[in-house]
Amino acid sequence: MSTSNLAASVGLTDEDLVGMYRVIATARAVDERMWILNRAGRIPFVISGQGHEGAQAAIAWPLEKRKDWIAPFYRSIATCLTFGMRAQDILTAQYAKAIDLSSGGRQMPGHYGNVANNLVSLSSPVATQMLHAVGIALAAKIRKTGQVAMTSMGEGSSNQGDVHEGLNFAAIHKLPFILCVENNGYAISVPVERQLATPNVADRASGYGIPGVIVDGSDVLACYRAAKEAVDRARRGDGPTLLEAKVIRLTAHSSDDQQTKYRSAEELAALQDKDPLPRFRGELRDAGILTEELEARIAAEVKVEIDEATDFAENAPEPTPDTAMKWVFAEDWPGETPPAWGFGGDHGLEGHAGDTSAAEGAVD
Amino acid sequence: MALKTFIEAIRETMSEVMRRDEAVILLGEDVGLKGGVFLATDGLFGEFGEDRVIDTPLSESLIIGASIGAAMNGLRPIAEIQFADFIHPAFNQLVSEAARMRYRSNNGFGVPMTVRAPYGGGVHGALYHSQSVEAFFAHVPGLKVVIPSTPYDAAGLLRSAIRDDDPVLFFEHKKMYRSVRGDVPAQEYLVPLGKAAITHPGTQITVIAYGLMAHYALEAADVVAEEGISVEVVDLRTLRPLDKETVLSSVRKTGKCLVVYEDNKFLGYGAEICSIVAEEAFDYLDGPVSRIAGPDVPGVPYNHVLEDWFMVNPEKIADGIRKLAAY
Repeated sequence: MSTSNLAASVGLTDEDLVGMYRVIATARAVDERMWILNRAGRIPFVISGQGHEGAQAAIAWPLEKRKDWIAPFYRSIATCLTFGMRAQDILTAQYAKAIDLSSGGRQMPGHYGNVANNLVSLSSPVATQMLHAVGIALAAKIRKTGQVAMTSMGEGSSNQGDVHEGLNFAAIHKLPFILCVENNGYAISVPVERQLATPNVADRASGYGIPGVIVDGSDVLACYRAAKEAVDRARRGDGPTLLEAKVIRLTAHSSDDQQTKYRSAEELAALQDKDPLPRFRGELRDAGILTEELEARIAAEVKVEIDEATDFAENAPEPTPDTAMKWVFAEDWPGETPPAWGFGGDHGLEGHAGDTSAAEGAVD
Repeated sequence: MALKTFIEAIRETMSEVMRRDEAVILLGEDVGLKGGVFLATDGLFGEFGEDRVIDTPLSESLIIGASIGAAMNGLRPIAEIQFADFIHPAFNQLVSEAARMRYRSNNGFGVPMTVRAPYGGGVHGALYHSQSVEAFFAHVPGLKVVIPSTPYDAAGLLRSAIRDDDPVLFFEHKKMYRSVRGDVPAQEYLVPLGKAAITHPGTQITVIAYGLMAHYALEAADVVAEEGISVEVVDLRTLRPLDKETVLSSVRKTGKCLVVYEDNKFLGYGAEICSIVAEEAFDYLDGPVSRIAGPDVPGVPYNHVLEDWFMVNPEKIADGIRKLAAY
């Protein structure tokens, strides 16, 4: 294991930095594959994390896998990959197959969660996961487990009341908690100036008596440094941190959104200069960590992984209706009756496999 | 056996469970040194300390949301919502999150959490300290809803609720806290969730009720018994999962069914009971499936004349029984 000056500057090894790069590259590749599958009519919906991946991998990196907890949000592909999910687990969720780790095909794509990796299942009403992470941190403190809990969300979600209630409580009890706001400047179509009266979400931290840290979300190692400090602080018992990463959103909000309606061509073109993936790649090349040979090898391995994961997800079995009434509760309740039509496969409804009609006219 | 008030049974059960199980914590508004506004948690702060009996800020969504998180990380929280009327800011956490967590994660995560809240009118509580909120939550698959009517059932059902691996809403009629007394065994016992009780056997009319109305139904049954009407009272105890068998077999025996609830009549919890009886016991019915329930106004008025008008009472129930008996 070697340590370049670049790695040493953040207290990591070259292997760590290559590992981070691989996660970011994998997240981008799986994300791009999702869009292709959507436009090819194979999957009905995509919600994307492109532009967020550098911050996500770097900020999850100092947390300890299978000990600490993350309550992710719908763009958290790189976060989930860093914390133990695989490209295959992301793609089986896109196809909503029975084997989907997050929900067995019950949730829309993007609602990642996985108990084995301490990644909390999330819903669609935004910022609700804030309070789950705070509660996890409360239990960690009461049980003296030494765990840290983090949640991530966009700046749009940061305007929900649950964020205020959670930050206030976490600060009062000095909980081992981190709120990571991935500020990409838009809540679907509404720009940040129409969401916040202050320039930064992190400005609110002083109102809770906790540190508010702002970091360039395209600067992977700056994100790592800031997150490491927040994790150390939480682990020491010094309480929560509000960490705001200024990221970019390279894609539309989702496959059903057309961002050219509210973002100019110039604005979108300028985003390319801030893309964290080529920027981090350049840093690793300059530091001599990423040789041409290693870069090519990672690219080839990622491509194989995504191709195999796509085939796997495409061919995996669908969930069957006879499982649809399971897990309302931990045990079955005979009093809860199935529908009159039982559990047969043919309900007389049109299947929606490959149906992208909702996205018609919304293509960028 | 010892005679205890309804609230004593609840308080002593929490204390006993917390002594036995370190994973059980309590959180809510004023539950600490004050012991809760009704004193349901009186003394627990002194016994278990501030780590396990947590005074929260006035943040109901936080109380429920943090309980969900704590439940996912090894604890069994008992969350107290000070009045059921104040549970609405936490509706999203209960309905979108707690109820759906197990289903949406395909059994990955569960939420072993008990939410206690005093509900109900007749105590000069007006619009915002009198509400019956059970219908909102009993509607949602994934939530269990319990409303006990006796100290015995309260203790036994509360133990079952805390042990349950899924979220349980435990509503306590506040008028019963000190007015209802009953025998409670000293030893630990469980009353299972999802089991109704026949509290007054009879042959001609089934009256289905829960909470304070289960008491009023018994009083009404005694009144009409003197007129020769034999009433069977079913105390549901758990609203969901519903003990359909006990309900249906009673109605199939008596042929008549009156459902009593304190909440507004329209789409109240009892409306579902009426539907089930109409659908599944139609062949046995000798009269209309009927209801005695609260008037459809947005709340219980404060003025005592208006409050008395609002509240269902034994006389109103007895009138309903007589009308149904005439068929």
